[in-house]
Amino acid sequence: MSALKGSSPAPVAVVGGPAPEPAAPAPPRRRGEFLYYALHNSKVIFGLSLELVFVLAAIFGPIISPHNMTDFFASNQPPSGQHWLGTDNLGHDLFAEVVNGLQVSYMVGAIGAVCAAFVGMALGFAAGWRGGLLDEVLQMITNIVVMIPALVLLIVIGAYLKTRGILFEGAFIGLTTWPWVARAVRAQTFTLKSREFVDLARLSGKRGISIVVREIAPNMASYLFLVVILLFGTSMLLAANFDFLGLGPTTGTSLGNIMNQSTLWSALQLHYWWWFLPPGILLTGMVAALLIANVGLDEVFNPKLREQ
Amino acid sequence: MRRYFARKVLTYALAFFVGVTIDWAIPHLMPGDPVQLYLSNFNLKPAGYEALYKTMSQAFGTNLPLWEQYLHYWKGLLTGNWGISFWDFPAPVSTLIFQALPYTLALLVPAIVLSYIIGNRLGAAAARRKVLDNSVLPVGYVFQAIPYPWLALALPFLLGVVWHVFPISGGYDRGLIPAFSWTFISSLLYHWFLPFLTVFLVSLGGWAIGMRNLVIYELENDSSRYLRALGARERVVRRYAYRSASLPQLSGLALALGVVVGGSIVTEYAFSYPGIGRLIFQAISNQDYFLLQGIFIFIIIGVLVANFIIDIVYVTVDPRTRLSMQGASS
Repeated sequence: MSALKGSSPAPVAVVGGPAPEPAAPAPPRRRGEFLYYALHNSKVIFGLSLELVFVLAAIFGPIISPHNMTDFFASNQPPSGQHWLGTDNLGHDLFAEVVNGLQVSYMVGAIGAVCAAFVGMALGFAAGWRGGLLDEVLQMITNIVVMIPALVLLIVIGAYLKTRGILFEGAFIGLTTWPWVARAVRAQTFTLKSREFVDLARLSGKRGISIVVREIAPNMASYLFLVVILLFGTSMLLAANFDFLGLGPTTGTSLGNIMNQSTLWSALQLHYWWWFLPPGILLTGMVAALLIANVGLDEVFNPKLREQ
Repeated sequence: MRRYFARKVLTYALAFFVGVTIDWAIPHLMPGDPVQLYLSNFNLKPAGYEALYKTMSQAFGTNLPLWEQYLHYWKGLLTGNWGISFWDFPAPVSTLIFQALPYTLALLVPAIVLSYIIGNRLGAAAARRKVLDNSVLPVGYVFQAIPYPWLALALPFLLGVVWHVFPISGGYDRGLIPAFSWTFISSLLYHWFLPFLTVFLVSLGGWAIGMRNLVIYELENDSSRYLRALGARERVVRRYAYRSASLPQLSGLALALGVVVGGSIVTEYAFSYPGIGRLIFQAISNQDYFLLQGIFIFIIIGVLVANFIIDIVYVTVDPRTRLSMQGASS
């Protein structure tokens, strides 16, 4: 039930339109060619360098931050030379909190992406390759996972846990967002499975798993790569939704957490704009950079999309 | 073809059964006792508490063994008796749901449909047109990347708190009683605008980018080349490309509309909007089994109907999928 999951209209993930035509088995010089196009694609360069800035900020931010996240100062101060992003109602330095939040968001995004990609690919390949009854059953499971109200499930599980950590949030997001990956991978596997080289592999007596791993997966490697990037961005946005509702990690401060705190203390009505604006702007930048790099890479992998 | 549909109907029925079961189980897995929670609202003496607790659990059936509660649930579900809410005690669940449903539908359906129409047009226009592409695409990405909670803070801050143009919370003016009068309806629209705008903006980017990519694929297709070779004008080629690119987008629209009934919890939380999303939030925090179950049923039906429609549309409209489906079933 992505209405609950995304709550906001779930970020619609679109990877380069319909199933991109799988490339013919790659000649060896292909990799160098990809690198050439990647380094000459302005979207890839722009997106990746912007992302690099954010990653560096996440890594080195806590070091250059003049204050500690747990220290107390005068509360509700607007940004100044002393406090670069001001302070919150408890007197915490918001710059220190935001750079820490960057780290948390990246970690949740990465864990979510890995979990979702793993489950989605495993089930998608299985359903697409075997077809028939297994496909029908797996599709049913997919439909059921879509229907389960993720947010309610999160609250129920959370009620049993003493603390909700970053790992828990990431894994939870991953285990509820895999359905669209599974659907996409399944559809791609269907189209690839009837290709000649797959028939050939089957004739040569290879086992199903090794055909999927050695013949089918490499032919959609670029697509899978893009899926992981998209999942990364989507997970970060979903985490912000959960955190905003107060369901985020109870240990540590994420960007969504800061926004949640700001609403709880009526920052909106009190004009404390420095409290809730920066976290969202940063998160937008982080995800937008990923998406832009993603579309650039899509052009690199699919010659059809390249600008002429 | 008939076998295909028979199998589809069977799997959908199974999914409905499992979904309903899970949605029954989830609230029951929550730690705590709803009757206790409800009675804690009153200042009762121990003896009175005992007696009331006994009556209440009997009335709600929470003292029965779980399997019996489960059977009662199915019976109530099929006979249309969805039970009484704990949270809003004497109110039947169906009344609460039908009170909240119009708000959610009026908020989300126009936002999603409008963003679908405008986003698709924008995306299709941007495809393979350098200037438009270089402006629509980056803006689309930024919109897609905005965390919704932030938009739900930033827009009300700008339009509500700083400029005082729109109210920042509630479904209508607090001093009004819902009635079919001009003052009430104008107050409704006035409060509706900001939440509508946030949902609209945040969904716009996804549609536009998706359509742009799809149209580019279609314009590179052999069918488009053939049309051009026949001497068709670019406008005609684009129109055909748009039509064939609409199919995947339509299925996305069906999915988005399928989950609309569930409301948008974050939107309604951020704007204190009295729709289904807020009802879910209330139901969870008050352990209102019956209310939660009632809402879930709507969501399950919505998702399944949307998926079913997509299946049917694809198979009837697009012969290629029909082939691969049958290939898959053999």
